[in-house]
Amino acid sequence: MVRPIRKLFLALVAATALTAALPAYAESSLLNVSYDVSRDFYKDYNPIFQKHWKTTTGESIELKQSHAGSSKQVRAVADGLEADVVTMNQASDIDFLVEKGLVVKDYAKKFPNNASPYTSTMVFIVRKGNPKALMDWPDLVKPGVQVILPHPKNTGNGRYSYLAAWGYALKQPGANDKAAQEFVGKLLKNAPLFASGGRDATTSFMQRKLGDVLVSFESEAELIAKEFGKGEFDVVYPSLSILTEFPVALVEKVVDKKGTRKQAQAYLDYLWSKEGQENAAQNYLRPRDPELLRKYAAQFPAIRTFTVDEVFGGWPKAFPAHFKDGGTFDQIYQSK
Amino acid sequence: MNKRVLPGFGLSLGVTLVYLSLLILLPLSGLVFKSSSLSLTQFWDIASGERALASYRVTFGASLLAALINALFGLIVAWMLVRYPFPGKRLVDSLVDLPFALPTAVAGITLATLYAGNGWIGRHLEPLGLKVAFTPLGIVVALTFISLPFVVRTLQPVIEDIEPEIEEAAASLGASRLHTFTRVLFPAIFPALLTGFTLAFSRAIGEYGSVIFIAGNMPLISEITPLLIISKLEQYDVVGATALACVMLAISFLLLLGVNAIQWWAANRHQGDHQGPERASQ
Repeated sequence: MVRPIRKLFLALVAATALTAALPAYAESSLLNVSYDVSRDFYKDYNPIFQKHWKTTTGESIELKQSHAGSSKQVRAVADGLEADVVTMNQASDIDFLVEKGLVVKDYAKKFPNNASPYTSTMVFIVRKGNPKALMDWPDLVKPGVQVILPHPKNTGNGRYSYLAAWGYALKQPGANDKAAQEFVGKLLKNAPLFASGGRDATTSFMQRKLGDVLVSFESEAELIAKEFGKGEFDVVYPSLSILTEFPVALVEKVVDKKGTRKQAQAYLDYLWSKEGQENAAQNYLRPRDPELLRKYAAQFPAIRTFTVDEVFGGWPKAFPAHFKDGGTFDQIYQSK
Repeated sequence: MNKRVLPGFGLSLGVTLVYLSLLILLPLSGLVFKSSSLSLTQFWDIASGERALASYRVTFGASLLAALINALFGLIVAWMLVRYPFPGKRLVDSLVDLPFALPTAVAGITLATLYAGNGWIGRHLEPLGLKVAFTPLGIVVALTFISLPFVVRTLQPVIEDIEPEIEEAAASLGASRLHTFTRVLFPAIFPALLTGFTLAFSRAIGEYGSVIFIAGNMPLISEITPLLIISKLEQYDVVGATALACVMLAISFLLLLGVNAIQWWAANRHQGDHQGPERASQ
């Protein structure tokens, strides 16, 4: 037992020495606290911004990233993690920081496009050749079809999948909330499991070959192709889906304290630049720039979408109605 | 005057109390304190909801099953490792610790892949009508995996302490092999087995990381209580989460207290039987 302890001790000493040495570089530094799967996007974006910052101001800037489940990240920021900016996959996460007084209330208006520099949508990923002919949402509630999706209550992509199906059902002629709940209930009955996250759902569908259809972000489909090969699956665009927005915000308290407001603002602003938008498209996220959207049209087929704001009156209404305890998801699973 | 034979009592007691308070009592009282902002009815509504009750059944049932399985097979493994020399023994011995070291998420994902319908193990079980991954059975498998070392590592030193002469004496006095085991060996091992069982059980109750990947997480069927706690946190409902945590804490504490009582009783009975100078080591 002695040796591992000594190793741990040495590691601790090394870590302390390292953190002590770090402030020697007196350049400004930003911490971007983000959700899980934005890792690739920001890994590409950060050097782009660093270059831009260097050429326009002559200053170099250090950019640090932190990625994990979005609500976990937001709780960490609320508990004192000094994030200059937060880049999330759901407005409800940033709303929590608004509640805590860390982010301004009208953060969505501080940047164009609802403060979401790019979007995505929920699509179906089916087995090669689409053997069960799953074309649209009603096909997913048919008996005998197995649907794979992440936990609709506990995960961001699960919630988007849930709302996408709900919104579709609601837009059918003569439909109301009750009919939509029934529709979503039938869809959930076709789920053999609720994956613990987006990647876990993908693994279950692609590697463990569970289910007939995976409901996922359009951007995820391209990553699956990279990982498992294009020939393994087809992507089906339903007739109507949800527009998923990824809002960004300045953490006011932190940038004021650290004196990094200028840099943080520029960092987020530049997401809407041509370079920033092109980076989104290259990461399979739909850019807001209409010109670039046309340029990458082959990658982003036209699809009719609705936003959470349009159909559900925004996240502050949608979240409690559907995903809080006693909300529609819980109602579906009440035995009485 | 200090009547104790061993020096350093005061210092050790001080260190023990401070250490335990900082590490265990303080966080736990924080938990209870936080949940106390709920009214009693609110607390009761959260703690006794249909989903919550189902999750207690899954969590405690699967943990109990896993601990029982490990009590049996862990005993066999420990016995094997202590009593018989065989090639590769040290390797097998170190394998036992693997579940300690492996990140639980890795264990969960690996087990889910193995036991899924097309996995190495799952594809042989599925034709028999046995679904493991993404059912409550999968939870038992994950919990059995992570709690195995507790039983084996608790039993090993105790079995090492049993001298072969005791068995020889029993044999020479005419005891059959079964009799030797039930009357001589097992009573000596039992307290340690109970400790190992308890450790495995408590470890399993709190497990989250490996279970969520293999459980399937279906409400009322395969949701564990820690998942419901996470679900509350996802809603930024920290107080609600602490309510569920308090219930788990209370049930676990009562169960552990009960097991300790049995252990105390067994240890005493064992000593009374043999009147030996050696005390049961647990």
